[in-house]
Amino acid sequence: MTLSATLLLASALFCTGIYGLLTRRQTVGILLSVELMANAANVVFVSFGAARGGTSGQLFAVFSLAITVAEVAVGLALMILLYKSFGDTRVDLASEMKQ
Amino acid sequence: MTSVAFGVVAALTLLTALLVVRVTNLVRATLWLGASLLSTAGIYAMLGASFLAGAQVMLYVGGVVTLMIFGVMTTRRHEGLAAEAESTNTGRATAVSLALFVLLAWAIHGTPGLDVPATNGVGASPEALGRALLVDHVLAFEAASVLLLAAILGAAVIARRRDPGVEVPKPGSRAASMPHAAAEAP
Repeated sequence: MTLSATLLLASALFCTGIYGLLTRRQTVGILLSVELMANAANVVFVSFGAARGGTSGQLFAVFSLAITVAEVAVGLALMILLYKSFGDTRVDLASEMKQ
Repeated sequence: MTSVAFGVVAALTLLTALLVVRVTNLVRATLWLGASLLSTAGIYAMLGASFLAGAQVMLYVGGVVTLMIFGVMTTRRHEGLAAEAESTNTGRATAVSLALFVLLAWAIHGTPGLDVPATNGVGASPEALGRALLVDHVLAFEAASVLLLAAILGAAVIARRRDPGVEVPKPGSRAASMPHAAAEAP
C-alpha cells in the first residue's frame, strides 16, 4: 500500500462523483455525488497526513467533515424548497427563472 | 497482507460508489452511499486515522445518510420515483469522468516521491488530534461550530419558506382576511 495507490483510489472516487453529478437529474442524486467527491478529498487529506506524519492531515479532514455536514443540511433544505415550489425535486425545474 | 486488504476495501469502496451513481432508486442509492462511506472508514483505519474512522461512521453513516433518507422520503412522489432519474448525456459524462481520471492518474504517476509507504507507522493518536484541535487550533474549531450553527439555522429558514406564487390562500388565512382589516381601519 503506497501513497500513490490511495491517491489513485481518491481520484477514481472523485471521477465517479463527477459522473454522477453530470448524469443525475434529481437533487438527491446530485447531493449524493457531491458527497462522494468530498469523501475523495478527505481520503487525499488523510493519506497525505499519514504519509507525512503529524496531525495536520487529519485536522483538515475533520474540518472538511464538518463543512460537508453543513453543506448537506443546506442542500436538503433547498431540495425541500424546490419540492414545495414545483412538486418535484428535478433540478431542471429550477431553470424557470431563465424564461 | 496489508496491500491485499487495501485492495479489497478499495474495490468495495469503488464498487459501492459506482452503485451510488448508477442505481435508479434514490433510496437505494443513498444506502449504497452509506456502504461506500463505511468502506472509506475502513481505509482511514488502515491509514492509522482511527479517530477519523469513528467520526466518519458516526457523522456520515449515522447522521448524513439518515438525513438524506428522510429528505428522499419526505419529497418522494408516490408514482414513478425511479422515473427520470437517468439522463440522456451518459456517454458524454463517461467520457468527461474517464478523461479526468486519466489526467489525474498521469499526474500522480509523473509526480516523484509518491511511491513511499502510505503510513509511516506512527499514526496520529486521538489524544494528539484532540490536543491539536482544542489547544493549537481552537479558534478554527469555534469558527467551524459557528458555521455549523449558521448552516442549520439557514437550512431551517429556507425549508420553512413558502412560495407566495404557488400558495393558495385559504379562507381563514391572513391574505383572505386582509381586505376585511383594511375596510375596518378607517
